[in-house]
Amino acid sequence: MNFEYTEEQRLLAESVRRFMARDYGFEARRRIVASPGGASDAVWSELASMGLLGLGIRAEYGGFGGGALDMMSVMEAIGEALVVEPYLSTVIGAQLIQRGGTPAQRERLLPGIAEGATRMAFAHTEADSRYDVARVSTRVRRDGDGLVVDGEKRVVIDGPHASTFAVTARDDEGRFVVLLVDAKAAGLRRAPMRMLDGHRGCDLILDQVRLPADALLGGPGDALVLAEEVVDFATALVCAEAVGAIRYASDATLEYLKTRKQFGVPIGAFQALQHRMVDMVIECEQARSMASLACARVDAGLPAAQRRRAVSMAKIKIADACRHVSQDAVQLHGGMGMTAELKVSHTFRRLTAIAQQFGDADFHLERCARD
Amino acid sequence: MDLNDAPEEIEFRDRVRAWLAEHLPAELGDRGLGYDHYSRDDLVRWHRILAKQGWIAPAWPLEWGGTGWNPVQRYIFEEECGYAGAPPLIPFGLAMCGPVLIRFGTPEQKSRFLPRIYNGDDFWCQGYSEPGSGSDLASLKTRAVRDGDHYVVTGQKTWTTLAHFADWIFCLVRTGAADEKKQEGISFLLIDMKSPGITVRPLELMDGGREVNEVFFDGVRVPVEQRVHDEGAGWTVAKFLLGHERMNTARIGTSRRELERLKELAARATKDGRPLIEDARFRDKLTRVEVELTALAITNLRFLDQLRGGRAPGPEISMLKIRGTEIQQRLTELAMMAAGPLSQAVGAVGEAPRDFDLFTAGLAPRYCNYRKTSIYAGSNEIQRNIIAKMALGL
Repeated sequence: MNFEYTEEQRLLAESVRRFMARDYGFEARRRIVASPGGASDAVWSELASMGLLGLGIRAEYGGFGGGALDMMSVMEAIGEALVVEPYLSTVIGAQLIQRGGTPAQRERLLPGIAEGATRMAFAHTEADSRYDVARVSTRVRRDGDGLVVDGEKRVVIDGPHASTFAVTARDDEGRFVVLLVDAKAAGLRRAPMRMLDGHRGCDLILDQVRLPADALLGGPGDALVLAEEVVDFATALVCAEAVGAIRYASDATLEYLKTRKQFGVPIGAFQALQHRMVDMVIECEQARSMASLACARVDAGLPAAQRRRAVSMAKIKIADACRHVSQDAVQLHGGMGMTAELKVSHTFRRLTAIAQQFGDADFHLERCARD
Repeated sequence: MDLNDAPEEIEFRDRVRAWLAEHLPAELGDRGLGYDHYSRDDLVRWHRILAKQGWIAPAWPLEWGGTGWNPVQRYIFEEECGYAGAPPLIPFGLAMCGPVLIRFGTPEQKSRFLPRIYNGDDFWCQGYSEPGSGSDLASLKTRAVRDGDHYVVTGQKTWTTLAHFADWIFCLVRTGAADEKKQEGISFLLIDMKSPGITVRPLELMDGGREVNEVFFDGVRVPVEQRVHDEGAGWTVAKFLLGHERMNTARIGTSRRELERLKELAARATKDGRPLIEDARFRDKLTRVEVELTALAITNLRFLDQLRGGRAPGPEISMLKIRGTEIQQRLTELAMMAAGPLSQAVGAVGEAPRDFDLFTAGLAPRYCNYRKTSIYAGSNEIQRNIIAKMALGL
């Protein structure tokens, strides 16, 4: 047992934090979110040049071959800074390709992702799928030597930024598949939207979109295993992101309790607020413990049931902690917590989103019960 | 980062587990699993088995019988003892008076008391709380007046756990002038429970058990050489004690065992003809407490990892007590819920009814009894005050 980061992980975390402090402050982020595209090309290039986009990609494809534990500190920094660029979405795409792709697919796509040329989005949610990745109505059928896909995906996170989509569908025989779809394919239409947390999203309409035969990721029959494995990996990462945001919310609230005065004293002198503050700090530590557990378990190559259970237990804690800490951060900031002028309200919005991303507490309680 | 036990930690855990399997007497283990009360003999018997093995006081210095284990090994040992259902080690001698003597005692005090604590010859209890001094401990009023080579002690202690078993009591008493600042003028005395003038009166708790007492001192003469540290330095000793050995307050091992038993209970109990554990409402409550316990076990390990790296965890370690006791209480509550209406029968009158289930009968009293955990050893509100003031600077 040992909770120290390695020297490499520590140095990386420091450089990411330095970058965020310098180039991703609250004002800079506001400008990015308000810009027409809703994401910054300059930031994306910088993430690539720091090696963050290739962190989880194997060396032979231009990356560093890291796992979730190596990305933990990066995700924490992203959570603290409320980064809206499609980092996690692109990591999901890269992991799907790396774990499920043929050598040719990997050669074709992974180096571009590591360099920052390719941005991805994972189009899996549909009108009635809720959080169940396997519940898919989008259809793909063989047509000559290619494929044709038809369907509608809802609120695809980071969809407007994507140059390539990973799209879930069912084939002629009802088998779950994952498809790589170029964003410029004929018949593909995006209906963009603003998301609660400042990200951009879109509905993705696939109307008779023709794809080459090598758009299929993973063999039929194991694509669902692949998708579940990668979603668990992403869930562990979003848990780590939550820890960064939770810690920010908790630190900012503590600072506010020490500076805001009422009745002639800092409001942190009041025991009613002190105890709530302490409970936020405890939640923060408990959340960190479970994020570490999830990242360690998805890296360990465990049997699926064990991995699922660890990830679900982590996400239950994270979802509860996201709600608890974000709500109390706003409450203890009083009216100021409500304003868009303070970062804490934006952190509130991201934490509210994370509480649901890849499944809320009820979804994961149910999943725990099944295994 | 690696959340798994290292090979040498696995080896150590296996060794402890194998030893416990061989040396924990079955009737003591059964008593723990049956939520039965331990007698003085039970507690002393287990103490002496560990003392014989050399494992009774792992945290003590080697010269007084410590094992030289690092904090992680000590934690593994405690976790395994809890998991195996071993009787608790009563902390008053081993974890409280012992470390105080090692830190502040004279050579004579050390050689007089430490070996007897180690071997289980003396049973100790703690004289801190008074009727008017609970969380506000420094307001205590029990007075010790110097008379030649003795102090004459008059006053009352309360909530004194296992005083009815004890040979000795360590006490905080007021030796200074009445108008001195509260924390000053307090001294730390070791008092023989057989001294004339001491009366122990039991306090029956709501679960029907007897574990705490009132202790009255009426002109009790205590030799001056039984004062630890300087006169008036008792608060320094008390603070040292407060900060000492708070690592096992989370009681992870015991809670893990109770969680497993709760799952077994919920698998046996039925609702609408199906195992209760398949009932979504109940099962989700169970999962949530398991999540919290899993998280706390890792949080606890993170503190230990710091400690092993030479950085003493700060006052935020109080969170282990807060969350650990919340989990312990929740487990007792869920066990009672799992037993349903059968949990309401807490004991037989006269001849036991056929199939009377002593285990189920113990669940409700245990639920009642465990309300104490968030009150004792510094209430959870006091723990929050400690974190707020000392860790967060509020």
